[in-house]
This record gives sequence, structure tokens and C-alpha cells, in this order.
Amino acid sequence: MPSQGKKYEYLEHTADIKFLAYGDTLEEVFENAALAMFNVIIDTGKVSGETAREVSLISPDMESLLVDWLSELLYLFEVDEIVFWKFQVKEIKEENGEYSIKALASGEEYYPESHPFETEIKAVTYNQLELEKTAEGWKAQVVVDI
Amino acid sequence: MVESEDTAIEESGTESVQRDIKSLVRKISDNNWEIPKGHIPGMRVPGRLFVSENLLEGIEPGTIDQIANVATLPGIQKYSMAMPDAHLGYGFAIGGVAAFDAEEGIISPGGVGFDINCGVRLIRTNLQKEDVVPHIKRLTDELFNNVPAGVGSKSRFKASDKELDSAFLEGAKWAVDAGYGVEADVEHCEGNGYLEGADPAYVSAKARNRGKPQLGTLGSGNHFLEVQYVDEIYDWEMASTFGLEEGQVTVMVHCGSRGAGHQICTDHLKELSQAVKKYGIELPDKQLACAPAQSKEAQDYFKAMLCAANYAWANRQMITHWTRESFEKIFDRDAEDMGMSLLYDVAHNVAKLEEHNIDGRKKEVYVHRKGATRAFPAGHPEVPFAYRDVGQPVLIPGSMGTPSFILCGAKEAMDVSFGSACHGAGRVMSRAHAKKEFHGQSVKENLEAHGITVRATHPSVIAEEAPGVYKSSSEVVNVVHELGIARKVARVIPLGVAKG
Repeated sequence: MPSQGKKYEYLEHTADIKFLAYGDTLEEVFENAALAMFNVIIDTGKVSGETAREVSLISPDMESLLVDWLSELLYLFEVDEIVFWKFQVKEIKEENGEYSIKALASGEEYYPESHPFETEIKAVTYNQLELEKTAEGWKAQVVVDI
Repeated sequence: MVESEDTAIEESGTESVQRDIKSLVRKISDNNWEIPKGHIPGMRVPGRLFVSENLLEGIEPGTIDQIANVATLPGIQKYSMAMPDAHLGYGFAIGGVAAFDAEEGIISPGGVGFDINCGVRLIRTNLQKEDVVPHIKRLTDELFNNVPAGVGSKSRFKASDKELDSAFLEGAKWAVDAGYGVEADVEHCEGNGYLEGADPAYVSAKARNRGKPQLGTLGSGNHFLEVQYVDEIYDWEMASTFGLEEGQVTVMVHCGSRGAGHQICTDHLKELSQAVKKYGIELPDKQLACAPAQSKEAQDYFKAMLCAANYAWANRQMITHWTRESFEKIFDRDAEDMGMSLLYDVAHNVAKLEEHNIDGRKKEVYVHRKGATRAFPAGHPEVPFAYRDVGQPVLIPGSMGTPSFILCGAKEAMDVSFGSACHGAGRVMSRAHAKKEFHGQSVKENLEAHGITVRATHPSVIAEEAPGVYKSSSEVVNVVHELGIARKVARVIPLGVAKG
């Protein structure tokens, strides 16, 4: 794993939350970005369970795919009331100039008594968005609006 | 609390050393700085930043870049502007104001933000501070229990598809018709609590699914429901027109369009990112995605954005109703008997088609206000009849423990800022830093020692929103007052705060 084994780290941002996610593969960086995002909302270490949702998306470019992936998870959290903590990206591929993702997000149903939330995320933004292959693997920078 | 303010100043001071902020701007006059056209390539007009010399020191260089980026967008009129509470946003800076020609210009979701029609309303009462103080803990508890707040909070009411459509189309008026308020409420909202032209056909199923359970919820973060009292009057004539006097208790509601608005922005931002390529618009920042104002993509966004704006007015109206009920329970009196009438309701994040006088000609423009308040002066036909002789109320929330301000739109606003003023204090410290710096429980105890009761879903919310993480709101409002775009009327101090 790149960056001394870190899955992700939070960076300083005055008004919102910015994080870097790492991964040996593109799939892994998408998984770790999702984990970083959910750890803003709740301590995912305190969540278990295996209620799962399949996610399948197509976007015009890879950066948009990352935004769409995270936005979809936020949507599922709010509407299906599942607190996610485990992400399995099965495949990301490019076809005919479009990028697609197939993934499984797992977590447990939300119970107000056992899930003390930290911070509400309003949306995933394109602001300062970066997704790049480095010498050590992949790195993504994301800013979420809170 | 004094310690925290010192820390905040050191923080921003460190940043300003990295890139000398004064070298990036040119002084036009007191409180008015220009960002010259050459700041970045492609600027069509200069930028204008309305800050005092002192507040300028705290402005991040990235905010200057964002003001300049907006100046490159097609059809921009006069200047790309930012209010004294400006700080880094997405695409547009928070505090950003820009007007685009209705024919030649663009419409951009980045100029409105994710929380469409995040705004503020103020409810008057005829109660005095001393009537309320003995009951403030119970009253704050009651408000906290009665108005759903927090991450993913659900409403006491789940909207049907039909009700959701009505909220999208009619805003506060729908809520009043459904029994959440009185006729006079809508007359005291910006635009009578709704904007024409909304079309739910452009709202996705996802936005509807997020919107249905959240109508009538406060949300989280900087949103709040606050019981306050008027501690200082700056202008007696205007205050009397607004029905305000010293010692009077008021209630402020600060919230927006919740998940419905966030999803509408997310959905259309995606569409508009593609439109940028289609129409060959050069953007310095992807978050400024936009389309020609008359294009299908821009108009689709605009119609959906108006739905979110109306939803937010309905949302604040329902919260008003439950606020009245809470007062009725605690004081065992009718809301009407306690004089609980709406002073005004303003949008802080919205784009509107307005007519402005530009270079001697009347012109239709799409005014984008992102973290800025409309501030129309006396005589303007859109100012409610009751205030037309003085101007539109402008409501500026503080943070927990710091004062909020009531201002009045003034004459210079039409010449200087497309009828706009500031919207709040603006953060100076990150939430992560705030959580390291402050402990929620001790901030709460400190506030209680100053007579301010706080109820929140989680102590970290109190730490993140501690008064020390914001700029001084009084310094911010002094700038707009001195510029003559909005005049100070009164200051209110919190007594009890309910937060997500």
C-alpha cells in the first residue's frame, strides 16, 4: 500500500473536508475514498453488518466516475438508511470513451441509538479533485461539502 | 473564548504570509478592492472584493483566484464580486455575487452552491428577555425535540409525491395552505416565499427520494434554530418599521433545502459539465460548470434550482409552525397573543432573473448570490409593502454565542453590488482544527456560563461551530454598512440554540 500503508488521510480545509485516498490499484483507491468519506459521517470502526447494495455506474471520465461513485453512496446512505463501512470495487473499466464501475458496498441499517453521527456531508464536489497514478500506485484527492 | 479568537487570528495570519494578499489587489476606496483583469488570463471584467483593511488580511489567496475565475465566464456584467465574509468555496467563493446577461451570459450551479436557498428567517415576539430567561432551558429542549435536526434527520411529516410537487412549486405558500402558518407569513418572505418558473419535471427521482422525508428538518452543520433578544438598536426609525425594540425576544431559523437541494445541484452539475464541452466554454475550474443562459441545459437546471429554492421556503415555514407550537406549550399562550409574526425570510444561496440598471440601461440579468443576501433598497417593488419606505430586511446570522444582525437594504446596493449584501461571519478555522482546539462539552459549559443554552445532537457539532471559528460578524456588517449597501438596524444576542 502506498504512503506508508495509509489508506487515506485528511488535509486541512477551512470550510469543508478534504482528503487523500491511496491504493495499489484504481479499484483500491475508489474503495479507500469511500471509506474516508464515511469516516467523516461516522466512526466506521463501530459499524459492522453485511447489508449490501450493488453499485453500477457509467461516467464520461474517470474523475467524474469517482464523484459519481461517492455521490451514489451518499444517496444510498440517506435514502436506504445504510451506514456503509466495507467497499468492494470489482471492476473499473473504459469502453467506448466511457468509464464504468461495478461494486458492492456493505454496512448495517441505521439505528439512531447505536450510530452517533459526526458530520453531515451535503455533496461530493469537483473542487480540487485529483485522481492520478503515482510511482507507488494511485492517489485521489476529494473535497466534500459539509 | 478569548483564547480561541487569538488562535483564529494566528491561523489566518500564517496563511497571509504565504502569499501577500495586498499584492493581489488594488485599493479603490475604503472597503473596496479591485482584482485587476490581468490576475488570471481570460478575465472579462475586474473583480471587486468588499472588505476592510483588517478583514483583507484574513482573506485566503485562493478566494481571490476564485473571484478572478468567475470573471472569465461569458456575459458577466460589471464585476465579479465578493462580500466581506468571503472565503473559499467551490467554483464561486462563498460571499460571491455575479450577474450574467440573460441572453449572452451563463447560468452556473457553482454560483448558487449545493445548499440551494440556504437562508434565514426571523420571527418576532412581544415577549421580553426577562419573560423568557427563566424558561430558556425548557424552551430550548422543546424546540430541539419538536424540530428534527442532525445528520440524516427525518421529518415528523413525510411528504407524498403530490405534496412534494406542491412544495417545489409553491414554497412557503404551500406550507401555509397545508396548515403550517398564517397568510401574513408569506407576505414577509423574499419573493412571497416562492419563485415562479419552478418545474418538478427537471427534478430527478433521487432528489425526490431525498426530499420527501426531510421536509421540515433543520439539518446539521452551521444550521440552527435560535431564541434571541434584541440588545442594541442602531436605527430607531427602521427598527420601529421592522417592529423591533430593545429587550424583545426573537427567533432565528437558519437552514436550507436539505438533501433535495444537494441532489438537484449534484445532478445538474453533472449535466452542465458535459454542456461545457458541447458549447466550447473555457473554464479555469471544473466546479464552475455552466451553460449559455438560454440553452436547454441551463434552463433545466434553473427550473430545478427554483424547485429547491421553494422547498427551502416550505421547510423554514414548517419549522416556524413548530416553533410557534413550542412557545405555546412552554408559555401556555397562543402564538398570536405572543405576537409571533414573521419579520422576514431571506435566501442566501440562489440565482434569480432580475432587472438591473447597467451603464445607464435596464437589463435582465441572472444574479447569482452564493453566501450573499439580496438587499433591495426603499421603494423597490419587490420589498414588502410594510417595509417599502425603508428597504428590505437583511438578516445576518452569527454563530452560537455571537450576535446576529438585522440590516436594511440601502440605496448604494443597486449601484455597487446588484442589490446584494453579506450573509454571515465566514469561517476562519477548519472543522477538524476546531475539534482539536475545542471540546464540545466545555464550549457548551462556557456558553451556559454566559447565559446561552445549547442543545445539539452531538458534542462535536458544538466544537466545530464554536464562536472562535468564525470571523467577527460585527466587523463584517460594518463593511456593508459603511459601503451604504445595507444599513445596520439592530443586533440580537442568543439565549437558546438548537443545532443538528
